[in-house]
Amino acid sequence: MTNVIEKKKDVIILFAGDSGDGMQLTGGLFTNTTAHYGNDISTFPDFPAEIRAPQGTVAGVSGFKLHFASIDIFTPGDEVDVLVAMNAAALKANLGQLKTGGTIIANTAGFDKKNLRLAKYTDAESPLLDKSLDQYRVIEVDISKMTKEALVDSGLGTKEVDRCKNMFVLGFLYWMYNRKLANTEQFIKDKFGKKPEIRDANLKVLKAGYYFGDTNETFTSRYEVESASLEAGEYRSIMGNQATALGVIVAAKKAGLDLFYGSYPITPASDILHELARHKNYGVKTFQAEDEIAAVCAAIGASYGGALGVTASSGPGIALKGEAIGLAIMLEIPLLVINVQRGGPSTGLPTKTEQSDLMQAIYGRNGEAPMVVMAPRSPSDCFETIIEAARISVEHMVPVMYLSDGFIANGSEPWKFPKAADIENIVPRMADAERDLDEGKYYPYRRNEALVRSWAIPGQAGLEHRVGGLEKDFESGDVSYDPANHERMVKVRQAKVDKISESIAPLGLEQGESTGKLLVLGWGSTYGASRTAVRELIAEGYSVSQAHLRHINPFPANLQDVLSGFDQILVPEINNGQLIEILKAKFDGRFEGLHKIKGMPFTSKEIKTHIADILSNNG
Amino acid sequence: MDKMTQNPTLTAKDFSSDQDVRWCPGCGDYSILKQMQATLAEVGVSREDTVFVSGIGCSSRFPYYMDTYGMHSIHGRATAIASGLKGARPDLSVWVITGDGDSMSIGGNHLIHLLRRNIDVNVLLFNNEIYGLTKGQYSPTSPEGQVTKSSPMGSLDHPFNPVALALGANATFVARSMDRDPKHMREILKIANDHVGTSLVEVYQNCNVFNDGAFGAFTDKATKADTVLMLEEGQPLIFGAEKDKGIRLNGSKAEVVSLNDVSAEDLWIHDSRDLIKATILSRMFENPLGDDALPRPFGVFYQEDRFRYEEAMQAQLDLAVEKKGEGDLDALIRGSHTWMVE
Repeated sequence: MTNVIEKKKDVIILFAGDSGDGMQLTGGLFTNTTAHYGNDISTFPDFPAEIRAPQGTVAGVSGFKLHFASIDIFTPGDEVDVLVAMNAAALKANLGQLKTGGTIIANTAGFDKKNLRLAKYTDAESPLLDKSLDQYRVIEVDISKMTKEALVDSGLGTKEVDRCKNMFVLGFLYWMYNRKLANTEQFIKDKFGKKPEIRDANLKVLKAGYYFGDTNETFTSRYEVESASLEAGEYRSIMGNQATALGVIVAAKKAGLDLFYGSYPITPASDILHELARHKNYGVKTFQAEDEIAAVCAAIGASYGGALGVTASSGPGIALKGEAIGLAIMLEIPLLVINVQRGGPSTGLPTKTEQSDLMQAIYGRNGEAPMVVMAPRSPSDCFETIIEAARISVEHMVPVMYLSDGFIANGSEPWKFPKAADIENIVPRMADAERDLDEGKYYPYRRNEALVRSWAIPGQAGLEHRVGGLEKDFESGDVSYDPANHERMVKVRQAKVDKISESIAPLGLEQGESTGKLLVLGWGSTYGASRTAVRELIAEGYSVSQAHLRHINPFPANLQDVLSGFDQILVPEINNGQLIEILKAKFDGRFEGLHKIKGMPFTSKEIKTHIADILSNNG
Repeated sequence: MDKMTQNPTLTAKDFSSDQDVRWCPGCGDYSILKQMQATLAEVGVSREDTVFVSGIGCSSRFPYYMDTYGMHSIHGRATAIASGLKGARPDLSVWVITGDGDSMSIGGNHLIHLLRRNIDVNVLLFNNEIYGLTKGQYSPTSPEGQVTKSSPMGSLDHPFNPVALALGANATFVARSMDRDPKHMREILKIANDHVGTSLVEVYQNCNVFNDGAFGAFTDKATKADTVLMLEEGQPLIFGAEKDKGIRLNGSKAEVVSLNDVSAEDLWIHDSRDLIKATILSRMFENPLGDDALPRPFGVFYQEDRFRYEEAMQAQLDLAVEKKGEGDLDALIRGSHTWMVE
């Protein structure tokens, strides 16, 4: 048998099966192995809203998309090269994503009458038998049976045996993409160290899958995706929620503050709570509150007490927190509000991604309640962005809304992580009895030139003071109903937020010239798809550039200057057009929106095609 | 309380801020404020280590009048804010000032969760059985049938019984007092302050503008001897102008007996550590002027020692450090699996 090894620049694999089939784990393990090999990687899980939706149905299909490459990549990719379908429903749910000529690895045991009926194939007709898959390369393997046979002497029960079948798939793919088993073997040994029979079974099936590829003559194609030319250094794989959690821990330490995290479980933000709860030896206090309102209020109480108060949720929970966020704006104390956005309105699409809470972040409170709003662009960027959010919140005594989303939160990528010592300290403006007492009285709302008040923490004699949600006098900080004073205070709270633009980095161009026909201006998780699209278009000779916003309120001070360099500005968003409305209201330019509201991120192709259309139509 | 510095030089006046008190003349809140200032001076807490957190309502103006740290927050949420404050700063003495609308209605959820967690804050519930700040609508403690602006034909809501509610939420300290009995209130505030864990003190407070005389049965000279039952630890439950009536337990039922027929030793002896008895006491809640009505108990219904949330939270942090060592930021950022790109 001779195996032809074909070189590829990048490959996208979609692992799909029942939510109980272990596809997330399988994808994660392949990711680790191939990351160690040196590929650039981007992943995105796609799971059902129910934990265990009915087995065998399309609603119960759980997917894990993995893009790995020998080149720089920025998204989990568009069309899939290889679709692993553990059953008929997995094929039905994902076939649309497979590129023509792509490979299907089908577990034939998952295509029996029962599975076909559950997947609602007409007359329980198997797609493996009719001609409907002719445009693809189909590899049929009875994975269930092969697994059973490999474990015939294991002494394990049927259920335990069946649970090993994802390892067969993994072993087979390792063969197909010429990867070593060592990394996964180590994982299995660590994970099942206390259950030797389970450990051995998984190891055996993993190898069985690999050898199946090696010895079965029908499979003659193997692929090689060489390591990418990533910047030299030490890397790890990171998911967005994880990076956010690590970032808040680092930020609190860098500010010399205790971290207090108040949160109520909600998809897709809960993983931040899980991650933080694991790091108690860093002094992290996590408080699982009775509801969203209590979660933010507890964080506000902690901030008042001198901690870094942080809360997180998704859209519906942020709506509930609105009044309390307004209080924090009125109190002028640090508070980080993390919104891992999902499809809305109402309960919407809890496990799907969307960028539809931007207006809520900027305007969603009663009264004139300006709020700093920032957004990370990728899983690893969460780390840096949340630290900057904390820096602004603490140093400027303002609550900050941080807009992640389900795509970033659950996606992963390699991260050349920084050294803790290289991250700048955060310096709170603590009240000081010597500096701040005026004839023995402390004035909590006296401000410095950046309009920032001082932070007096309980426990300090002489600085006793009262704060609250009622309007206060500009000078004394006492409750005031004076009309002129209210106007002055509204203006000063706004000016304080506006002034933050003076301390943030100016907006730079990611790619392209500073003048041209079209600028792609995005925010948050659209970064990767825009990046890929614009890179390809520039290579094809189009006059197109890319800029990407981390700061949405306030905007970078030079935003108008950047916009003015272009005939048109395309604003792609996973919503019905929110940033574009704000841009149109505040800036001059010819703006055009590109909206996708399907609970899924943009593919780079969608953005690329749209730009090419605009540019060719406008000459 | 151990970190609290004794400061014997402070007087009640030292706890009074420079703000003019703006409650309606004759409001019961004045008395509570005065007793609080006197109690804090008496127990010797320091101003800088004391924080008053309130929600919204007439009573919630309270923090502005105390020369301590304080926050006048949003409706119903003082309990949640105090939970975070005390969680982050277990060294502080934290008081929550709330009313019947603030704590029983809009903030009901946070109150019960604070009580079950047993975070060491003192909750002072000003119960006037009316919404005062919004000018006179029935509240969750207003009696059925109460005619107010929002219930011209009488309220249809069955009222909450705050003491019973707190016991139901597994509170570790529940007491009741009233604005017209300053001495009793100071005594109760002092015990509440000493309690380690959440203490809930319900104070019957007269709103002389929108609900004047709501607690008249317990404050009028003519009736109070027969309607008020003062709970004293280890003492028999005796009441009446002549101290000639007592409460005896008949099975699980409380009954009024005459001391002419029954000796004091056979009466119910108050034991604030007995949850079952506290529960029965809490249900002595009928109209005190009705026929054969039981008197309304005042004093400490119940107290127990139970682990505090914020203490256990800190203990987990300490244990984690003991097991894994003080967290190292580089190790955190690095995680468990890394690889080198050459």
